[in-house]
Amino acid sequence: MKKDLLGIADLTRAEIYLILDTAEAMREIGQRPIKKVPTLRGKTVVNLFYEPSTRTRTSFEIAEKRLSADTLNIAVATSSVLKGETLVDTAMNIEAMAPDMIVLRHASSGACHLLARICKSRIINAGDGMHEHPTQALLDAFTIREHKKRIEGLKVTVVGDLLHSRVLRSNVLLLTKLGADVWLCGPPTMVPSGIERLGVRVSTSVDEAVADADVIMMLRIQQERMHGAFFPSVREYFTVFGMTAERVKRARPDVIIMHPGPMNRGVEIASDVADGPCSVILEQVANGVAVRMAVLYLLAGGVEDEEAA
Amino acid sequence: MKRLLKGGRVIDPANGRDAHVDVLIDGDRISRVGRDIPVEAGTRVVEIPAGLIVCPGLIDMHVHLREPGQEHKETVASGCAAAVAGGFTAVACMPNTVPVNDNAGVTEYVLKKAAEANLARVYPIGAVSRGQLGEQLADIAELRHAGCVAVSDDGHPVATALLMRRALEYAGMFKMVVIDHCEDQTLKGDGVANEGFAATTLGLRGIPGEAESIMAHRDVALAELTGGVVHIAHLSARQSLDAVRYGKARGARVTCEVTPHHFVLTDDMLISPRPYDTHVKMNPPLRDEIDRMAILAGIVDGTVDAIATDHAPHHYDEKDVEFDRAPFGITGLETAVSLSLDRLVHSGAITLLRLIELMAPGPARILGVPGGSLSEGAPADVTILAPDLRVTVSASTMRSKSKNTPFDGWQLRGGVAATVVAGRVVYVNDAAGLQM
Amino acid sequence: MPVVMDADRMARTFARIAHEIVERNRGIEELALVGIRTRGVPMARRLALALGRIDGHEVPTGTLDITLYRDDLMRHAVGPQPLVRRTEIPFSIDDKRILLVDDVLYTGRTIRAALDALIDFGRPKLIQLIVLIDRGHRELPIKADYVGKNLPTSLSQSVQVHLTEIDGRDEVEIRES
Repeated sequence: MKKDLLGIADLTRAEIYLILDTAEAMREIGQRPIKKVPTLRGKTVVNLFYEPSTRTRTSFEIAEKRLSADTLNIAVATSSVLKGETLVDTAMNIEAMAPDMIVLRHASSGACHLLARICKSRIINAGDGMHEHPTQALLDAFTIREHKKRIEGLKVTVVGDLLHSRVLRSNVLLLTKLGADVWLCGPPTMVPSGIERLGVRVSTSVDEAVADADVIMMLRIQQERMHGAFFPSVREYFTVFGMTAERVKRARPDVIIMHPGPMNRGVEIASDVADGPCSVILEQVANGVAVRMAVLYLLAGGVEDEEAA
Repeated sequence: MKRLLKGGRVIDPANGRDAHVDVLIDGDRISRVGRDIPVEAGTRVVEIPAGLIVCPGLIDMHVHLREPGQEHKETVASGCAAAVAGGFTAVACMPNTVPVNDNAGVTEYVLKKAAEANLARVYPIGAVSRGQLGEQLADIAELRHAGCVAVSDDGHPVATALLMRRALEYAGMFKMVVIDHCEDQTLKGDGVANEGFAATTLGLRGIPGEAESIMAHRDVALAELTGGVVHIAHLSARQSLDAVRYGKARGARVTCEVTPHHFVLTDDMLISPRPYDTHVKMNPPLRDEIDRMAILAGIVDGTVDAIATDHAPHHYDEKDVEFDRAPFGITGLETAVSLSLDRLVHSGAITLLRLIELMAPGPARILGVPGGSLSEGAPADVTILAPDLRVTVSASTMRSKSKNTPFDGWQLRGGVAATVVAGRVVYVNDAAGLQM
Repeated sequence: MPVVMDADRMARTFARIAHEIVERNRGIEELALVGIRTRGVPMARRLALALGRIDGHEVPTGTLDITLYRDDLMRHAVGPQPLVRRTEIPFSIDDKRILLVDDVLYTGRTIRAALDALIDFGRPKLIQLIVLIDRGHRELPIKADYVGKNLPTSLSQSVQVHLTEIDGRDEVEIRES
């Protein structure tokens, strides 16, 4: 594997499967009485989060601790930014203390690429702007494979704010790489230009998109988007695009419902669907730790080509 | 002091000339152009080696010199040094300085700095609106009187149709062109790249081509309404070319310019070789291959009137940030000629004559400034081109204070051999083998 | 490539070890087998079967992957990480007599890692080590309680254990590296 995990775009099929298989082994550790292995003992991992996040950060932290790494959480609250310190300067300061890995979440697409260029530490992308959130897509794939035993040939429908979602981009890249039949659905105002070129089908009709789906993945709608005239109101959004039990019936009977969280109940997803028997939303969260342990472990080794890194 | 440029191939589109003739410079004027001009005593004779081209001094009608106010990026002096190294004998500089050039004070300051540098001529472009705020007209008569040759709110579009109308009518009094940076702000939003597959892949907010063309259409309509003269700056979208063609066909007084980066690059460069390279971030952004091909077609068919660089220097600290936060703009003065020779002439798209037309008489005519030709009596602004010189672009040796160029390391065929302004040799390229 | 143990001999060896286990532990009540991946796993299953035949009771069997406990991970290695596979110990090891099973005992480092892993699972009453081949060259003070065959080797040689469940045949051979 390369030195960094910046996005699904840089992973081969083989590497994706390696991560999923390794996550299988890692999951068992969370079921032991002593949930720890000494693998990353003495390694320092910095969680550098420019955007607030409980779920992802906690997940990474638990993963790091289970591997016995020393973790350091830096929640870059507004203070550093207010003081005007650039990302480059912050990174170089952290790098001077020689961490082994930096897990970065940032509001700007490409922030991880910037860091990877200047830091020798391994960089793991925990979400950069609208670009990618690779560990989310990996844990989503892990969850799907758990239930469906494969990814290839499945009809996976993703519904929501396609334009602003980094979870979408990572999932589209991963699912198409592994041979799934991916359908996207959302308001036409939120369909990214040229997205069909990634090998997906786009529909503005939820009914068409979820017909016979094996997996339905819901994306969060930020209510603020109303103000950008992306859709008129939350009420109308729910009517046209919300995942209701009625709509779920059009999918296959063994469909699974997924959501990266946090959910807006009654906006993109109805409560009875979120809490219903098809929902695997909480499993996604649990799987997140195992998948992140796998990523940390695999990245911590030597680099294939030190020169090129 | 007399200088005879002997035996070179002289390409002078304004006079329809492409021939091996001599050019005699006397003081700051072209005194004679013809075959075998007799050499008087005291004349410095310069043998022009075969392969070099003698043409009227090139004029870059769109540069940002950053002085006053942002001297860390560029000064008038460093900008002029970059200009002459790039083969330009004159530049027209935009008013989005700090403070904005909306008054005689700033205009005179810029001209004074240019005189001190004593390299390229500098033609200041004044603001359309006071402070470039898009509300009230700036004191355009004062600006004209102080030495501005045109007006623009570049950096920003001329904010409203009403203001554009008034500007066209008012500046028209002085036969000044209004140069518009066409961009509908609501469509642009907080976009940072062309709306297209590259932006989708990288998760960058997009700016559709229509953000530019909508305003180009507006300006054409207003030029027709008012009889004024509008020039579309840094045209990037194929839809904007359609607007210009439409206007010209109807007799509206509209001209347009394109930058070398828009006819050489596309938004694919955002993805590779260096993803999120801020040296590929400018406004208007690099667009799709279809747009690039349309611009080439516009250059060939005459819709495009000038090549201008939109030279926008930025300090490396400002560019070494996340893509969203980096300022828009790249330098251009020192790469324009090589890019144009390599990608337009050597590729077979246009002739040398057409290229020179786009870079000398074209801009001169639009701005209404002297120059752009080698007529007898014209100012002795001469550029000597070396179309077959192998050039490797090297940001570190550029004379501009800023190094924000995406072309660093590019190997191109074509360069500048020497630059003469008002009869003075202000730049010689040692690699071109010319003894001035 | 000389074969130092054939299928026949291997079968008798496993039978013999099973009897030794029963004798030494005076019965199989508290016993549990843990096979170290990869080849320790089928070995543990065969021993579990053999013990079951002797005594009539089933001995619980688990699988241990020691990759994450290795002492040679991340030591300026160039190249990808070794593959990690599932550990499955579906019983409590507290107060049990754990029989750790591996195919070849060499430097002792694998066993050291296995001991570290087991301790994280609980507190066994005791741990005994079963190996098919002991080839010497210990780097740590580790010794096996049950040995199929002692095989003196030189450092330039490698010992390959083949088991039907994985390799399609039962055989142990020595190779020159």
